[in-house]
Amino acid sequence: MNLFLTLFSGAAITAGVAFFIAGTVALLRFPDPLSRLHALTKADSLGLGLIVLGLLPWAGGWLAALKLILVWLLVLLAGATATQMIAEHIRRSEPPP
Amino acid sequence: MIFGVTGAALVALGLYGLVTQPALLRKILAFNLLGGGVFLLFGVVARRGAVADPVPQALVITGLVVAFAATALALVLVLRLFQITGAATIAEDKTPP
Amino acid sequence: MSLVLDVMLALAVIGVAGWTLLVRGNFPAVIGFVAYGLLLALVWVRLGAVDVALTEAALGAGATGVLLLFAVVRLRGGKAEIDAATPSPPQRVAAAILCGVVGLGLAVAMLNLPDPAPSLAAEATRHLPLLGVGNPITGVLMAYRGLDTLLEAVVLVFAVLAIWSMAPDRRWGAIPGPLFPVQSSGPLSLLARVLPPIGIVVGIHIAWVGADAPGGKFQGGTILAAMGILAWVAGLWRLPPVASRGLRWAVVAGPLVFIGVGLLGFVIADGFLSYPPGFAKPLILLIEAAMTLSVAAAIVLMVAGPPERPA
Repeated sequence: MNLFLTLFSGAAITAGVAFFIAGTVALLRFPDPLSRLHALTKADSLGLGLIVLGLLPWAGGWLAALKLILVWLLVLLAGATATQMIAEHIRRSEPPP
Repeated sequence: MIFGVTGAALVALGLYGLVTQPALLRKILAFNLLGGGVFLLFGVVARRGAVADPVPQALVITGLVVAFAATALALVLVLRLFQITGAATIAEDKTPP
Repeated sequence: MSLVLDVMLALAVIGVAGWTLLVRGNFPAVIGFVAYGLLLALVWVRLGAVDVALTEAALGAGATGVLLLFAVVRLRGGKAEIDAATPSPPQRVAAAILCGVVGLGLAVAMLNLPDPAPSLAAEATRHLPLLGVGNPITGVLMAYRGLDTLLEAVVLVFAVLAIWSMAPDRRWGAIPGPLFPVQSSGPLSLLARVLPPIGIVVGIHIAWVGADAPGGKFQGGTILAAMGILAWVAGLWRLPPVASRGLRWAVVAGPLVFIGVGLLGFVIADGFLSYPPGFAKPLILLIEAAMTLSVAAAIVLMVAGPPERPA
């Protein structure tokens, strides 16, 4: 059981870190702001979600686990809002050709 | 000890910025970098005992709050200077209006 | 493993700090500063100082970042003037050498500290059961160094007063800060409606658990202030004018309660700011509650700036 949990956490956290690395590379390499935003949101929401998922079995109690999930939900909310606002600003400042 | 050297480097960087940056806003930024370095030195000294010493930590929290208040006041002074004279620096060799 | 992590973190902090100084625009510099503050908070976690990490992330990175962003938007400095004030290369080299010497001296001093490190940790923890609080940092802030914390609370009030005094005469008593249009739809409006109920609970929770776990009035008060600023920026909440009595009471409530309890110490305990045995915890909680309110109000007002719109 314990071995299974360790394997599960390891896989989830590794996948989450992979998303973060891919998102960061894309943030540095992609040419225009909209695709950079697109890359960033993947790293934020899915990467962090996977890391939280991997940490859940080790949180030590359901209250701490609930807090971890709350942190993820708040990051989702804040990230989505910020992305929408930046995208809206880009759309208004450069009208599409 | 790594963080002790980091704190010393941050103090040096912040001091350099404070002396050489022309714009007042950037001077305030550099001053905050310097402050972060000083607080870090405090924290490293606090960490040297067997248990983390709470007294320097409490002093750092006090210091952070006072640094925030000082930054707020400094920024308002800069904004007021800008509103009245249109200047964003404290250069002396400005042509009189 | 953790050594590699520490070295990477240290290099990242120094790198971001250097970038903040060198980058040309003001806006990227402020973004760099916020990143620097968050990385510094991670360093504090590595040093085992979670209380400081929370304060650094909330006040040092978050609130200071908002303050700086407001200033960047309002300051559009003349480029010619800034070029005229830029020091010449020899001056820069001289400054770099001097600052390098200062940094080197500090680093040498840090590496040669006396070996059995003097520590007050044992002293601070020994009397905690008498106070009834479990977090030694709260114990230091509220009991052993209570006078420092009281003075700091007064500093916040004076900072707000000093910022207000920057107002032009005809605007005295008016509403602080710029007016934001009401966002009736869109992402900001949604966030400003959904987040504050959660944020207020989290802020009060962090202020409350400060007695026994990392947290406290400054961290919780900053979160409450952030919720207020969010609602204000989205146009959903109008700041009251500076002349408002409620606003003024909110700013001074914490220091007044603190001084009141301190004076009470003359009557029911043995001197200023000493707590009677058995009543330390309720009194500390009372002060913490009033201070949380005042810290939140002071931070909102410091971000808003001097009064500038007629009431």
